[in-house]
Formats: sequence, structure tokens, C-alpha cells
Amino acid sequence: MSVAIAVAETPLVRFLLGRADDALILGHRLSEWTGHAPILEEELALANMGLDLIGQARALYAMAAEAEGAAHDEDDYAYLRDEGQFRNLLIVERPRGDFADTMLRQALYAIYAEMFWQATSRSTHRELAGFAAKAAKEMAYHVRHAGAWVMRLGGGTVESHARAQAALERLAPYLDEMFDGEDPSLAAIAPDVPALRKDWDSAARTLLGEAGLTLPDVPYPQRGGRVGRHGETLGHLLAMFQHLHRSHPGATW
Amino acid sequence: MYTQGLVSIEGAGGAEEERFQARVDAEERIEPNDWMPEAYRRTLMRQISQHAHSEIVGMLPEGNWITRAPSLKRKAALLAKVQDEGGHGLYLYAAAETLGSSREEMVDALLEGRAKYSSIFNYPTRTWADIGAIGWLVDGAAIMNQIPLCRCSYGPYARAMIRICREESFHQRQGYEIMLTLCRGTEAQKAMAQDALDRWWWPCLMMFGPPDAQSQHGDASTRWKIKRFSNDGLRQKFIDATVPQAHYLGLTVPDPELRFDQASGHWLTGAIDWEEFRRVLAGGGVCNRERMEARRRAHEEGAWVREAALAYAAKQRRVAA
Ligand SMILES: [Fe+2]
Ligand SMILES: [Fe+2]
Repeated sequence: MSVAIAVAETPLVRFLLGRADDALILGHRLSEWTGHAPILEEELALANMGLDLIGQARALYAMAAEAEGAAHDEDDYAYLRDEGQFRNLLIVERPRGDFADTMLRQALYAIYAEMFWQATSRSTHRELAGFAAKAAKEMAYHVRHAGAWVMRLGGGTVESHARAQAALERLAPYLDEMFDGEDPSLAAIAPDVPALRKDWDSAARTLLGEAGLTLPDVPYPQRGGRVGRHGETLGHLLAMFQHLHRSHPGATW
Repeated sequence: MYTQGLVSIEGAGGAEEERFQARVDAEERIEPNDWMPEAYRRTLMRQISQHAHSEIVGMLPEGNWITRAPSLKRKAALLAKVQDEGGHGLYLYAAAETLGSSREEMVDALLEGRAKYSSIFNYPTRTWADIGAIGWLVDGAAIMNQIPLCRCSYGPYARAMIRICREESFHQRQGYEIMLTLCRGTEAQKAMAQDALDRWWWPCLMMFGPPDAQSQHGDASTRWKIKRFSNDGLRQKFIDATVPQAHYLGLTVPDPELRFDQASGHWLTGAIDWEEFRRVLAGGGVCNRERMEARRRAHEEGAWVREAALAYAAKQRRVAA
């Protein structure tokens, strides 16, 4: 078994790893649908979105590696960090659930991520800014695709509406964490994340309203993903995701 | 391979049939609205839908490793590959639909056990090397079978196959590259690659279907230019192409009788265990039950989603009207 790497986490490294981890873990969750989607067309669409996110993760890990300067590569970060070293939002590690859980999360996260990458495209970090412009376009597709499903599920049958509303209730506690601010030293590099909340609220509430769904009040929002305090499901995901790589220390694949 | 298990049906003469045969003989493509013998239509429908089902069921053994792929590069490539297979299923269902059956009917036939899919997917993917072996050998055998289908007399099938073959040959190179990386890697990786070849070699040879002497297929499919080469001919082509590749990898083909025949220029193998082929085809493979259960579960668990999409579309139409 390979032991975990030690990462020298400057604020920039931590920021990039957080965003990379968001993309990787959500991409992994989407990839869990392969062979099991409700419609053949959705097999292709879920894989497309998963591939976008895994691609984003790889680009961000490469930037993190450059920022860290410790000769780590994308696979070191993805496969050789332990659960507590993962910096992803809790919302992305939630289980894939049913199709409503998957599509509600995808829509609400993608609305956020499109806004986030749009804002990041004005970063002073040139490489990140270029990447962000492309990522924003990809996430806009996810907003359209998952948003259309939120409409269909919310406005389809009694069952689909109930499932969509139940999915929304399960996701709601994890939404606030998306808007936690980044380290103040990154002001020129990372966007003002809390400031995205207003536009997100209006876009998300519009979509949910049109779908006949209600965002519940959340008395106790959950947070902690960015500092490595995860729920119970990430460990299982990583056990599966990392086991082969870690079983062959130093091997090339 | 995806076409194994077909039974040909002889057509019943007539002037229209003669004209049809003359067009086929002249290598013209038959299109959906053209007259065609009922047996031709049914043969193609069965073959194309079986091929489509194979693409879809084939997503399962490889999907088994997407969540465990050992590098991000491999994970992305495998996800994209399995997505391609789903796309193949989609084009093939569309091609079969031009013959007058709906995708729903074809999928129902699969789920109810009335339609077949390629038996190769009833074998388990035990290690990561199986992903390499499937790309190299299963996609490789599929290409051997499918390249001639790019010239199939039925236009929509031939056109679907052209697109599919391009992607399959990419899959095959990618699978071989996985094997090459393993074979140039650690002892454990090499052992994993050899074990995968040991398990996939014979089933891949069976993908070409029973020996010509026992094959019930043939005459009509050949006359209609659906099938252009015999099972044994295609199998031999595959063996001749693959044995040197295995040697280049430094792997041993699991056949003590394998030898190169100078006179014919072919690699000759030992006897294929057709009893195993029949057993797996009849439901006795390691994963037959799991594959069908997985497809049925996805279908049943997705029912409410499909119903929601239909209900929503109907509501939208009412609003528009
Ligand atoms: Fe395919
Ligand atoms: Fe393929």
C-alpha cells in the first residue's frame, strides 16, 4: 500500500486543490451511472458531464502541482491523499442517489460553478483565467442539461415531483458551503465567492420555481469539506477509487 | 461476433425478389423504403438489434472498472470508451428502427430474454488488465467482424458500421496500449496482463461463431451480402493478426498447440472448446445472470424518469396548443 503524500498547502495550492477535488469527486459520482442510466441518451450525457469534470480536475491538479513545486502530479493528488486531505465541497461527495438526486445536484452545482468560473476568468493568474473561461462554457451546458431535467422531474408526474422535492431537501444543507470565501490573500486570483450568492439565489430559485419545487429553509447548514472534515461517504468513494493505484506503489499505468 | 447465433431464413422467389437480388449483386445499397424480402428484413432486424444489445450489455463489464481506473488519464479514456459503446448502441437501434421495430420493442425483447447479445460479455472483468484485454481482443475481434459489414447491402447498417469501425479501431489501439504499459511494468502488472490473456483468448476466438462446418448461418445472408466472410475465415484473420501482437507484448498465448504453418502462412491453433461456447450462450457463463439483472434494474429503476419525461412533454404540447 502506498502511504499518503504530504502536500505543502499554501493558500493558492489549497484553493486549486479544492476546486480540482470538487470536479474530480462530482465527475466520479457521475461516472457511477455508467451502464445504469434510465435512458440510453442519458448514458451519453452523464458520461459527457463526467468527462468535462474529470478534465477540469486534471487541469487544476496540474496548476496546483506548479504552485506547490514539489514534483507531485495529478495522480499523486487524486490517488495518494487520504480522505482528510481532500478539499472538496460536501455537496459533491453526496451519494449519486436516484436520478433526481443526481440531476438536482448537477443543476444547482453547475449554476454555481458556471458563475464561479465566469468570475475566475478575470483572475490575475493567467493560466487559471484561461482555464476558467473554458470551464464556464462547459458548466453552462451542464446547467442547460440538468436544468431541463429539473423541469421535467418537477413538472412531470406526481412521483417525479415528489422525488425531485425529496432530493432537494437532501441537498439543501450542503448549499451554503459553496459560498464560503477563499483566503483573503488570494483576492486577485480567486473571485469574491460570497458575492456570487445573490445571483445564484435568483437563478436557482427561478429554475426551482418554474419546476414547482421549493428550496427548504435550512436551520443547520453543513460545512467542513474545504478543511477535510467530510461525511461518511467520501471514504467509501476513495476506497474504491484509490485501491488499485495504491496497491501497486510506484507502478505506471 | 456480435452477429453470432443467427438463423437464416430462405426467401420465397418472385419477380420483385429477382430485381432485389440483382440490385444486391450489383452492390447497390438497399434503403428503408425499397422493396425487400420479408426474410431479409427480419434477418437484418435480428442481427442489428442483437448487435445494438451487445453494445449496451458490453458497457457493463468495462463499466466495472471506471470507478477504479488506476490513473486519471485511464479513467477519462475508459469513461469515453464506454460512452462510445453506448453511442454505437444508439446508432444501431436507429438503424434497426428503419426496418420497422421501435427501440422500446427491441429493448423489451432483450429484457425478456427473447433477444441475444454477444456471449463474450458474460465473462467477468476481474482485474484492470481485463480492460486492456477487452480493448485489444474483444474490440479487435469486433473490428474483424464489422469491417465487412461496412459494405453490407443494407444502407443504414453499412453507414452505421463505418462510423462504429472508426471508433472500434481506436478502442483496440487504446486497449493494446494498456497491455503494453502493463507488460513493460512491474512483475505484478505483467502477471495481471498474462492472466487476462489466458482468460480472454479462447472466448475471443469463439466470438466469430461456430465452425463453418456446423454453422447454420450462411446461405441467405451471404447471397444478400449481409455476411461476406465465413466464421472460420474471419477467425483465422484475427488469429494471424493477434498472435504476433501477443508475442510483441512478451505474453504467452494459452494454447500449447499453437504453431506457425509455413505452407499456408497461418497460425494454427488447438481445438476450440465449443462446449464452453454453448454453455455460456445457454446462460452458464459467470455473469449471464448479473448482466441481465443489471439491465433490468436500470430499466425498472428508470421507469419513473421516462414517465416523467413523457408526461412533461405532453404538458408542454398542451400549453403550446
Ligand atoms: Fe462498440
Ligand atoms: Fe468498442
